[in-house]
Amino acid sequence: MKPRYFEYHQPTSIDDVLELLSEYGDEAKILAGGQSLIPMLNFRIASPAHLIDINGVAGLDQLNLTPEGVQIGATARQRTVENAPEIALSYPLVRRALVQVAHPQIRNRGTFCGSVAHADASAELPSVVLALGAQIIARSSRGERTIPAKDFFEFHLVTALSADELVVEIQLPPLAAGSNGTYVEIARRAGDFALAGVAAQAVIDEGGTVQSLRMACSGVGPVPQLLEEAAQLAIGSDLSDELLLEIDNIVRTTIDPPDDVHASANYRRVVTGTVVRRALKQLRDESGSNHD
Amino acid sequence: MTEQEQITTDLHPLHLTVNGKDVDSVLDSRISLADFLRHELRLTGTHLGCEQGSCGACTVIVDGVAVRSCLMFAVQLNGSTVETVESLCVDGQLSRLQQAFHEEHALQCGFCTSGFLMSLTAHLREHQVTNDQEAREALSGNICRCTGYAGMVKALLAVGDGESTTQ
Ligand SMILES: Cc1cc2nc3c(=O)[nH]c(=O)nc-3n(C[C@H](O)[C@H](O)[C@H](O)COP(=O)(O)OP(=O)(O)OC[C@H]3O[C@@H](n4cnc5c(N)ncnc54)[C@H](O)[C@@H]3O)c2cc1C
Ligand code: FES
Ligand code: FES
Repeated sequence: MKPRYFEYHQPTSIDDVLELLSEYGDEAKILAGGQSLIPMLNFRIASPAHLIDINGVAGLDQLNLTPEGVQIGATARQRTVENAPEIALSYPLVRRALVQVAHPQIRNRGTFCGSVAHADASAELPSVVLALGAQIIARSSRGERTIPAKDFFEFHLVTALSADELVVEIQLPPLAAGSNGTYVEIARRAGDFALAGVAAQAVIDEGGTVQSLRMACSGVGPVPQLLEEAAQLAIGSDLSDELLLEIDNIVRTTIDPPDDVHASANYRRVVTGTVVRRALKQLRDESGSNHD
Repeated sequence: MTEQEQITTDLHPLHLTVNGKDVDSVLDSRISLADFLRHELRLTGTHLGCEQGSCGACTVIVDGVAVRSCLMFAVQLNGSTVETVESLCVDGQLSRLQQAFHEEHALQCGFCTSGFLMSLTAHLREHQVTNDQEAREALSGNICRCTGYAGMVKALLAVGDGESTTQ
């Protein structure tokens, strides 16, 4: 199927994008990597009158690693972020999640910010930015604001962005020394959206004690969900195998996932507990403390 | 009829390089790269299976990287360089990868083949493929309904030694 007619705009500056957005508002859609939007246009699930292609805007594709953290620009490709050596070194969670997003051919076009802005409930990156406590920088002709990841996701495909706002960049905070993270998911095939997935970022000290932990899961509700109760149990512990089973259990009973064609609610509950247990075991084993 | 349905064209000029040749065109914005290649340039080696990014039949190489040509609009490619399956065979001579597909029975109906060839051509420029696991990973972004992939794994291992795949 072919998209319905639209008017295509190719602005070259952020100001031009913002002007177009303020003129057309919810008649318009931003086109970033197009890897979610173009399928929706092809199926006419979406039929915006105006398409604002941001790929030609100078200076939006930056990926900067500074002492203040990482800034990922709106057109930085998922593949660019995944292949950046600094990301692999300092934010293993980000790389480990990205390699599970679709396939390289999709990640060559798809953007990091676009996936967050799209806010699919089963997508990996929304739970990654939530677990990391990232900030979403949104700009409109009215000004700029910073939206913490925890306030950004409102429903499946719905975010705190107004129709005239552009995500110009996403900022990942600097991580404490020794912080490590991982993303573990269960999907029907490699590259599929997660049936259940968890992003976990932890500091485990030399003695093997968990100093801090944040976990967020995908696929269990309309928005990515922080697993606070389970994290509280883990903090201060050494993540023994017994405790991991207890955490698995807590996760299963605290989440309330949906039933759909891909999996039953009960199956999702069980596998979410499992991915959390696997993620924590991996972080424990990588921390160098020897439990087995 | 709404205003949106009455208006049917939104023309944009386009200049790009396809398989080494300069192409100039004026195109409706909603034409995908795949349809542009097939209908305007008559490069029908690029196939369309799903038009939603899932199958990989439409894979081509744009500015050096493999992409889904059903998920880009042609007008987005102003100034770009596109390689399609038609570029692989030079002077009647199959590329090493194509030859290996032929020898290892890596295709049956052939519908998926051009997409696989383009994904793998891009992959082999950057990576070696030295074992079964690496081969299967390199194949995983495309779907084939016929072969069961075994022939493709063999073909990839036959050429995956890091040597150039274009003769
Ligand atoms: C076959 C296939 C498999 C996939 N599998 C996965 C998967 O396993 N996991 C996963 O997470 N994703 C998956 N995806 C989706 C992919 O990751 C998309 O790239 C991503 O969801 C959207 O990013 P994009 O840059 O392509 O955005 P686009 O498709 O261009 O845009 C998506 C939406 O976000 C809006 N938007 C984009 N950028 C901005 C911005 N800067 N400011 C404001 N709004 C913006 C657009 O207007 C649009 O509504 C898959 C896609 C395909 C085709
Ligand atoms: S036709 Fe493009 S991926 Fe299937
Ligand atoms: S050979 Fe028929 S789909 Fe692959």
